[in-house]
Amino acid sequence: MKFSENWLRTFVNPPLSTGNLAQALTMAGLEVEAIEPVAPAFSKVVVAEVLSVHRHPDADHLYVCKVNTDSMESAEPLQIVCGAVNVHSGVKVPCALEGAELPGLTIKRTRIRGIESAGMLCSAKELGLEEVSAGLLLLPDSAPTGMDFRHHYELEDKLLTLKLTPNRGDCLGLGGVAREVAAITSEDLKPLTIKPIKGQLNDALTIQVDAPDACPLYCGRVVRGVSLDVPTPQWILRRLERSGLRSINAVVDITNYVMLEIGQPLHAFDLAKIAGALRGSIHVRYAKPGERLKLLNGEDLMLQPGMLVIADEVKPLALAGIMGGDESGVVQGATDIFLESAFFSPEVISGKSFSLGFSSDSAYRFERGVDFGATRDAMERATGLILDICGGETGPITEIRGKLPQRDPIRLRVERTRRVLGIDLGEARIAELFRRLQFSFSVVGDVFQVTPPTYRFDLAIEEDLIEELARIHGYNFIPATLPQMKLGMLPAPEMLKSLARLRESMTGRDYQEVINYAFVDASWELELAGNTAPVALKNPLSNQLAVMRSSLIGGLISNLQFNLNRKQTRIRLFEIGGCFEKSGEVYAQHEKLAGLCYGDAMTEQWGERARAVDFYDVKADIEALFFPAAVEVEAAPHPALHPGKSALIRVDSKIAGYVGELHPRWQQKFGLPKSVVLFELEAASIMARTLPNAAEISKYPPIRRDIAVVVPEDVRVQAMLNCMYAEKLAVISEISLFDVYHGKGMENGKKSLAFRMLLQDTQKTLTDAEADRVVAQLINVLQNQFGAKLRS
Amino acid sequence: MTNLDHLISEAVDLFNGTDEIVELEQAKARYLGRNGRLTELLKGLGKLPPEERPAVGHRINQAKETLEAALNFRRDTIQEKKLEAQLLEEALDVTLPGRGLGMGGLHPITRTLERIQSLFHSIGFTVATGPEIETDFYNFTALNIPENHPARAMHDTFYVDDGAGRHLLRTHTSPVQIRYMEKKQPPLKVIAPGRVYRCDSDLTHTPMFHQVEGLWVDENANFSALKGVLADFMQQFFERDDLPVRFRASFFPFTEPSAEMDIRCVKCENGCRICGHTGWLEVLGCGMVHPNVLEHVGINSEKYIGFAFGLGVERLAMLRYGVSDLRLFFENDLRFLKQFN
Repeated sequence: MKFSENWLRTFVNPPLSTGNLAQALTMAGLEVEAIEPVAPAFSKVVVAEVLSVHRHPDADHLYVCKVNTDSMESAEPLQIVCGAVNVHSGVKVPCALEGAELPGLTIKRTRIRGIESAGMLCSAKELGLEEVSAGLLLLPDSAPTGMDFRHHYELEDKLLTLKLTPNRGDCLGLGGVAREVAAITSEDLKPLTIKPIKGQLNDALTIQVDAPDACPLYCGRVVRGVSLDVPTPQWILRRLERSGLRSINAVVDITNYVMLEIGQPLHAFDLAKIAGALRGSIHVRYAKPGERLKLLNGEDLMLQPGMLVIADEVKPLALAGIMGGDESGVVQGATDIFLESAFFSPEVISGKSFSLGFSSDSAYRFERGVDFGATRDAMERATGLILDICGGETGPITEIRGKLPQRDPIRLRVERTRRVLGIDLGEARIAELFRRLQFSFSVVGDVFQVTPPTYRFDLAIEEDLIEELARIHGYNFIPATLPQMKLGMLPAPEMLKSLARLRESMTGRDYQEVINYAFVDASWELELAGNTAPVALKNPLSNQLAVMRSSLIGGLISNLQFNLNRKQTRIRLFEIGGCFEKSGEVYAQHEKLAGLCYGDAMTEQWGERARAVDFYDVKADIEALFFPAAVEVEAAPHPALHPGKSALIRVDSKIAGYVGELHPRWQQKFGLPKSVVLFELEAASIMARTLPNAAEISKYPPIRRDIAVVVPEDVRVQAMLNCMYAEKLAVISEISLFDVYHGKGMENGKKSLAFRMLLQDTQKTLTDAEADRVVAQLINVLQNQFGAKLRS
Repeated sequence: MTNLDHLISEAVDLFNGTDEIVELEQAKARYLGRNGRLTELLKGLGKLPPEERPAVGHRINQAKETLEAALNFRRDTIQEKKLEAQLLEEALDVTLPGRGLGMGGLHPITRTLERIQSLFHSIGFTVATGPEIETDFYNFTALNIPENHPARAMHDTFYVDDGAGRHLLRTHTSPVQIRYMEKKQPPLKVIAPGRVYRCDSDLTHTPMFHQVEGLWVDENANFSALKGVLADFMQQFFERDDLPVRFRASFFPFTEPSAEMDIRCVKCENGCRICGHTGWLEVLGCGMVHPNVLEHVGINSEKYIGFAFGLGVERLAMLRYGVSDLRLFFENDLRFLKQFN
């Protein structure tokens, strides 16, 4: 809602500067989002009459003008040289006098090609009123010569733009804003006086409201003999323009003006276009199947059954409350009109703009609620203006009134108000605030019964009134106090590592956290997660953001690309975030943790030989994440990964995720020069941990035995370890692999693995013989299961 | 006995003339060894008349002690020098950089979220979460936003293609309020941090962003306390004690009364680009929980009063860390991210 401050001040004029007025509105919930001057600052510009125009003797495109700039006719005219093509004797134009300050220009007495010039005749552009202009700004003949132009043009004005919340439809008219200003500032309101107009004609259309719930109030009136040749008066044009409305013709401008003034949308039909004219009826009904209507915005609409229309006997004329029809609108040449002022229920209008894909000033108001108490007044106001400006004669108002919204009294308890706000306003103050709001009320004891006005659609319960009280009292005058509470400790589950802990683990291992959008390109889901049926959005922003991710990997790879393009060479990223899938009718969300490593294992540094990060580096990171839980991996394919370098991760024999190198196919597709190691884990699996249960520490020294065995290349270390542990030898406290050897001295297709075994007995010192026996048993197992040979 | 003095001086010269332990030990043998000159002198004592022996013996022993002392001193000196030389040789360039893995870091949004959570945790708020794919019901209806309500148009909603139009990406973290209240009985103090979605993408909007929802339901919650808690939060978050805040009347269907909270622009005195030349920055929306919302989840709204707030995490992060462009948070440019490590 944008409007002229001066216009507002004709209704209520508090002694506040523009800034303070805006501040007061903002604090009370009518946020002023912009204050703009109507025109840039300039001075010493007056209305001037051009008395005579002669060609400049020494210049083809210049004229020498005699100009009267003084209200005294006897005053000596000024001589001004002007180059505008539209300068003629007799026109009135703005004239900048000697010493005038224009935007970026100071006017001096000067000589132009030898001819004295005492000022400048101005275009709208030169005064900063328009971006471009074709010549001098021509003023009406009635403009008083000599008058300060800013005053004449009402330029000492500001434009205020309100960002109204959807509950305040009542402020979509100047009168409503003024009412609010009066309540906030305690200033007197000077309401519009609207007198009923008694029609001279008897002409009236029969009005039949077939959908009384959708249209509980309809006023119609015939006005004949109007002239659309008269221009819309400047004062209306100016106010429309300052509210951002274009001028159409006098009648339409007047209906728009009244809408801005009172908040009631009006519509004018060309009576000649209504079938059967006075013999027929106007119907307010729902659209019939197959009906079409071409709207004022040019849209040819196939009407749907839920759409309310204004129709004549044969066809829809307008989409009720939303937009008029193209055919029945009032255009140049129309002389007889049918004027409509109605109340359409918010429920019928709301949501329609959204489904139609366009809105209108009218729909915007009706869906928020229009004051049905002013519907008839608005009709009278518009009629009066039309008769004054366009002439003509009017018939009576035909009013069809159904069941209008009820305004039942709402109970307000003083005590409840105190409990909700935390301050005691007291009965007297509450009564004063309600009076300022012009709410009618009665009081019994400490209970108020308040009847909301017809223009307020947002007051239904006690809390709504409490908000009104707080708003007008001023939120600033409610003190901020720290609450008192019963102290109780918060739970601290120890069997869960927090996500914060996981993040710390990752940053401690040199990973940088990223956050990506949760919607991704469907091709990522297919290629990197093998997901053929991702959760899709109905209205995505783009194809690249069309489906919900089931994996974080795509985002990480695109972050990698982005940073490689910015000359980064070693990149280690992780993300923790929701991943989505549909299982049956349910949309499931899992938090996952994914990581990506690219480039050198360590930053280039002295003392460490540069080498590319590989599977095992990342595996160590994963083991650290789960520590002390043991991580088991098992070779397994994954759509994103190199088939020979990809593995499932199990913890506590449950699948926790996967790790591996990006498949060379995707590496190439994404244009990545080097290989990428990736992993993705279920966050829940990492967060789980067990409560420690302390065991006795052995007093006896451990014995270490190292063995090296030769096995075929394809034997997996994990399998060997599992096998050895499966023997469940009580004295074995740890077996770990510490060396792998291929190559020289090794038979082809074989490798040597060195295991360290720690043996410990909690009850006695182990003897060498006992240790030897245990180790021999394990070697035996390896021989039987894997064909392992002890390496000499 | 000038001979003896001469011998001592000759030996001491010899000791001091070498820097090598081996040479020193050879020199020692020359005087104090089995056939050393001083040892020879001692052996020769027997040839002296008995009355002279004690005096001469005493002098020889004195000379021996002198030599041993000189020898030990020299030995220590040589060893000390050697150690010094060794230490000098072993000295490191301590200014060489340390080796090994470096450190990563958290995303600035995470950092901000953790800060917000820890502040609310300090006065007893627990953390709750909820699904990002929500139903129409939890995102709107249960929050007192019926179908076709103009407030729905304020939320540019992403809908999930579920064939029925019932699922959407939550447009705010407020549905977590409902889910939490369905499960727990008051008194309640909870925050719900998380990602939210709106189909809007321009200079000042990203289609995904983060909010922290807060909810306090108790018998004595009130608007004054709401102001108190949030004003306190802003002071602590920005580590100020004089940051002006203001509460403006506003509208949210699920709170009544509703307010928007502004803080005095942290960048300017009298208006700048960041605050849109108003001197104030809008940082959150809040209000007293609408009784319909409480009744809906079976909480007696006569007995219990609630307040709720929803703050924009990106906004706070931008103000706290001087980030000028919202979109930087989701570009994940390492040069940007590493500034927050």
